[in-house]
Parts: sequence; structure tokens; C-alpha cells
Amino acid sequence: MAAGASIPIIVEFTYRPGFPPFGGLELLFGNERKHKVTLPGSMEDGSPTNIAYLLPYLVDNLMQDQRKEMFIMEDNVYVGQICLAMHETNNHDSRPGILVLINDADWELEGEEKYELQPGDNIVFVSTLHGG
Amino acid sequence: MAPTACFNCKEARAVIIRPKNRHKLCRACFLEVFETEVHETITGTKLFYPGERVAIGASGGKDSTVLAAVLKTLNERYGYGLDLCLLSIDEGIRGYRDDSLETVKRNAVQYDMPLEILGYGELYGWTMDQVVAQIGKKGNCTYCGVFRRQALDRGAAKLGIKHVVTGHNADDVAETVMMNLLRADLPRLSRGTSIVTASGASDIKRSKPLKYAYEKEIVLYAHHRQLDYFSTECIYSPEAFRGSARTLIKDLEKIRPSSILDIVKSGEDMAALVPRDVNQAGNKCGSTVAADDDIGGCGSQNGRSSGGEMAAMEKTLVENESAESRETEIKLPKGRPSNASQQKGVKKQTLGHCERCGYISSQRICKACNLLDGLNRNRPKTAIEVSVNLEDEETSSALLKQMERAQLTNG
Repeated sequence: MAAGASIPIIVEFTYRPGFPPFGGLELLFGNERKHKVTLPGSMEDGSPTNIAYLLPYLVDNLMQDQRKEMFIMEDNVYVGQICLAMHETNNHDSRPGILVLINDADWELEGEEKYELQPGDNIVFVSTLHGG
Repeated sequence: MAPTACFNCKEARAVIIRPKNRHKLCRACFLEVFETEVHETITGTKLFYPGERVAIGASGGKDSTVLAAVLKTLNERYGYGLDLCLLSIDEGIRGYRDDSLETVKRNAVQYDMPLEILGYGELYGWTMDQVVAQIGKKGNCTYCGVFRRQALDRGAAKLGIKHVVTGHNADDVAETVMMNLLRADLPRLSRGTSIVTASGASDIKRSKPLKYAYEKEIVLYAHHRQLDYFSTECIYSPEAFRGSARTLIKDLEKIRPSSILDIVKSGEDMAALVPRDVNQAGNKCGSTVAADDDIGGCGSQNGRSSGGEMAAMEKTLVENESAESRETEIKLPKGRPSNASQQKGVKKQTLGHCERCGYISSQRICKACNLLDGLNRNRPKTAIEVSVNLEDEETSSALLKQMERAQLTNG
């Protein structure tokens, strides 16, 4: 792995400050809403660490639920596209459900999976699941 | 990537791309635009009158929480003079409703609104958990939908309120349009699209002020205002047909975000083509139809009866038409009804009261009581020992009690 300072970031799931977590995405991540994650400064090919790296990283390192598809396949409109590339599966059943916010902005504004992570970034996954 | 400036104020950092027009907005501008659009929907359709008492159907989910927050904001900002309260239905689904009701209770405090919670258990003698234990997961949404519709009406009646607003959003309406299109049910499509649904089964008005708001924007609004809501799906999965319609809508949104509002618009335009007669006849089918109008993720449609219903309606229309011409040909004395118009008379049901529970219904026995009948007939053996009739009486007396209480508060 190429050298590079590590990148500490905050990852949150269905972010609702001040209130206890109730039945959101955090259920997939050990019922913890807020995670401090330290990523390597660069990816295996030497390029800066981006969101495309973060997603499988979360699944492999943070996710405690076996149902990976709840987070990156079935439940996801945006992240689903990346998943297609990563898993080389063609999942047309993808159900939209998760919005990704980078420092509170829609990740579409930040370059989506190509966004290069900066130290102190706040990445939020908001579930848009139906029900209410 | 350099931060994008807000399309509106040109200063602050844009954090949102609006699905309907791809405008990039900052947090403050987004919240304001969202609220202003709901305000325009409300004023454009003259949804409320000053001093009106309005119950917000609150589930603790994002839609109804956003609705409550926006209505409170607009009511204060524009001086609607509304008297708002929260009305929650406890379907009795452990692990799902328990937590969301806690959210509603917090909302009541946060928004300073009175809260009324009405349970299926106390209303019908059956919680949804018990219903599912009895009938299984298949088709349980029908029960839930029929029960909820009446429950909201009864809750409103109990509070002496004649207007219930629900959090149905543009995605929900588009989904309903699509479903009714797919099963050729134009009358129901028409009713589902209209912002106000005057139910055939009660005098309580229903409306959906968020019908032009994208689900995505509702989630983002809740997020950026840091609203306290509960996000989970009903543990009893929705019906396959509705689920497919939803997936279709969302797939279309991915390719062309404006699709959702376009479907809503198309639905409205198609609704305008539905003859008034058909529409009313549909409405007069009573509590069945009224209950089925309940759109949303856990609506009650399963498309079983609708095709036939529409065909029957068309048949009646054709019959009426041909009957009229026949009438002129044979020159029946005026005022004397022909066979055909008698038939028409039968079709035009008048609203009466359910013999069981007294709820307004065009049928002898309302839909909810019918479903309850089926449930009670199949109670587990231990319960059946009491005898079926007794049990029927038990539940209907529970219903009667509820209605009496409702009427008392009403008066």
C-alpha cells in the first residue's frame, strides 16, 4: 500500500441528534449510530481514498449484520450502482432507500463515489424507508 | 470538488439537488422553498378555513412528522388560525408500533399539540399481531387498511374534528396512480389523486397537503430540520402488487426524476376525464371503497375486486344509457320507473348505519364488521367455547361503546 497519512472520519447512520436510535440503519451496524473510522490515506492503486473505498470497507469492518444487501444492494439507489461494479452482479431489484450525505450535502454534489475523503469528514447514511 | 453555490441565494453552499428540477440549494433555501410549496398547495386548493380544527394522522414516521412540523410552521407564519392536534392509531404491532408511538408522544411535546391514541385492540378486539397470528401474513394489509380508515374517522369523531390530514407524498400518489392504471380502475385512480377525499363512508374530510412533495425531499427536510422521527418498515411486508408499483416508480425516478410529479399530473388529468357519475357511483360503494382509498405503503389494495367493479360500473352505465333510449321508444308514462331505472335505483346506495357497530356505511354490515366476523368465527378453540355469537356481541359492543363515547364528545 502506498504511503499516506491516515484519514479519520465520522460515519453516521440515520442521523438524528439528541434522540435515541430507533430502528434505522444503525441496526445493521451494532446498533451504533456514530462510528469513528480511520481510513488509509490512499487506496491500493495509490490514488486518494474515496467513497468507493469506504462502502465495502464499512461492510467488511463495521457491519455486524449478515444482510449486506440491506445496506449496499437491495436497499440502495445510489450505492447500488457502485455495488454492481464491485460485486459484478446485475441486481435490478435494487430498492432505493439510502441517501448519502457528505458533510451534510447530497453526495451527488460532491462527486458521488469519486469524492476524495478528507480528515474530519462527516458521512451520513439516511434511510428513506417507507413507513409514516 | 469545489463547493457549489446555492441556486437561490447564490451564496451559501448547496447541499441539496431537488429531484423535480435539479436545482441545487443550500439548507436554508431548501427548507424555505419546501415550506413555501406546501403553503402554495394549501392556499391554491383552499384546503383549510380559519379556525378549522385539524387532526394530523401521525404515525411517528417521516411523512407525518414532516407534515406536523410544516403545518405548525406555516400555521404560525401565515396565520392560518388552525387548531392542530395529533391523532395516532395503534395497530397493535409489537416492535413496530410501540417504538413509533413513543416518537409520536415526543412529537406531541415538541410541537405542543394534543395527542389522541386509538388502538385496534380497544376498537375491534383484535390487534394486528393477533390478526396475523390468525390469518397469516398474506392479506393482512387489507384488515389493517380497513381498520385504520375507520379508526382515524372514529378518532376524529371522538375529538369532534371533521378534517384529518395525512402524510401521503408525491411518491405515494404516483404509486397509487400506477396501481390503478395497471388494474384499469379509473374511478379509484381519480379519487386517489385528488387532494381532498370526501369519504363516502363518513362525513370526515381527508386531505394530503404533501401530495406534491417528493419522498426524498421529505427525508431531507426531516434531516436538515433535525426532526425526531421513527424510520422502519412495517414488519408485516406490504403486498406484492403495491411493492412492484413502488419499485417501478422508483426505477423511473432514477432515470428521470421528474417522472414522479409527471405521473401525479397525469393522474390528475386522467381523473378529470372520469365522468362524475362513475366517480360518485364509485364513492357510493361504501366503506369498502373508502377503505381502499387509503393509499400509502401499508394501504389496503390488493386488486382483487377492482377490475370487476369497474366492469360492473361500465355495464350499469351502458344499461342506463340503453334503458333511456328504450324508455323514449315505448313512451312510458312519466314518473313510472322502468325496470332498468329500478336497477339504477338499487345501485345508488344511500348511506345508512352498520347494523353491528352503528358506523356510517352503505352496506347493512360495514366492511370492518365483516372482517371481524370472519376473524371471530375462526378464533382459537379455547375462545370458541364461549360460542361465536357471544363473541360477536362482545366485539360489537366494544365498538358501540366507542361510538357512543365518540358521539358524546361530539355533542
